Amino acid sequence: MSKVCIVFDRLRTEEKMLQKEAVNLGHNAVMLDAKITQINTDSKREDFDFGDVVLERCVSYFRGLHFTASLEFMDIPVLNKFDVANICGNKMFMTLLLKKNNIPTPKTYFSFSSESAAKNLEKVGYPLVIKPVIGSWGRGVMPIKDRDTMDAVFEIRDITDSPHDRIYYLQELIKRPPRDIRVITIGDEPVAAMYRKSSGGFKTNIALGADPEICEITKEMEDIATKASKAMGGGILGIDMMEDEKRGLVVHEVNNTVEFKGLAKVAQRNIPKEMIEFALNYVRK
Amino acid sequence: MNCPECDAILNIPDDASVGEIISCPDCGADFEIAKKDGTNVEIKQAETVGEDWGE
Repeated sequence: MSKVCIVFDRLRTEEKMLQKEAVNLGHNAVMLDAKITQINTDSKREDFDFGDVVLERCVSYFRGLHFTASLEFMDIPVLNKFDVANICGNKMFMTLLLKKNNIPTPKTYFSFSSESAAKNLEKVGYPLVIKPVIGSWGRGVMPIKDRDTMDAVFEIRDITDSPHDRIYYLQELIKRPPRDIRVITIGDEPVAAMYRKSSGGFKTNIALGADPEICEITKEMEDIATKASKAMGGGILGIDMMEDEKRGLVVHEVNNTVEFKGLAKVAQRNIPKEMIEFALNYVRK
Repeated sequence: MNCPECDAILNIPDDASVGEIISCPDCGADFEIAKKDGTNVEIKQAETVGEDWGE
């Protein structure tokens, strides 16, 4: 019998599904709240009950990332690894790595001040989509279709001026059907996919009300998802793709702490079960 | 148990776990289950959605 530790900061359906599948497989599951866990530079693995392997499932990206660093410091196997979480949590780092590995991805422009971003936008032309480099669920993702919108968005960023507001990540607006595709990969293998259909607006995030619909994994999807997963460093990931009218599939995001409760209801394969099995096999290797 | 915000009755399911979020049916405030020992349940104010929340 093995023991899986699920680290959380907000116990959601996904974490309970993982716990249930671990128990169903005959293993122990330890649920650990990152918010009340204390670690120091003398901490050792034996000071805690992290089991054989940890699944880091914090909803707060920075909390999860720093917790993962602490776990790796104590030589505790954790999924996903720190390097994977670090890259996937930052859209700019992720995009650069996708491109470096020849994975089709939308053309993206990086500027490091509002003045420079404005000059670039005027040169490239409208529309472009601005995205915060850190953040999920479509927050702060906006199509900039004209000068007035650009001025408004950039002015707000200059006022709020958080460190990440100084990084301008502007992406081409892909001509596509009003949906995108989420592929869940476990150990570089695509296990399930869904269309996320826009509920009327520009965004297709399930968290914003987009309708999920099961999607058959094509060979093209499989190849691209596998390549994207390998490029990021593997583990358990959510690969988001759009269907570009001219180029076919393009990967616009890779998610580190993938949410799967909607897809799990309609997928043929048991997603949380496969995650647990993968985690235990990962530590046995 | 009553809601610390509006005093409405909070319905906490028997199978609720520590770390889960419950919402007040009247005022909508969110609370996190901090401790649970049989029928004794302690709650605390739930964290609000952060800029870095998500996948």
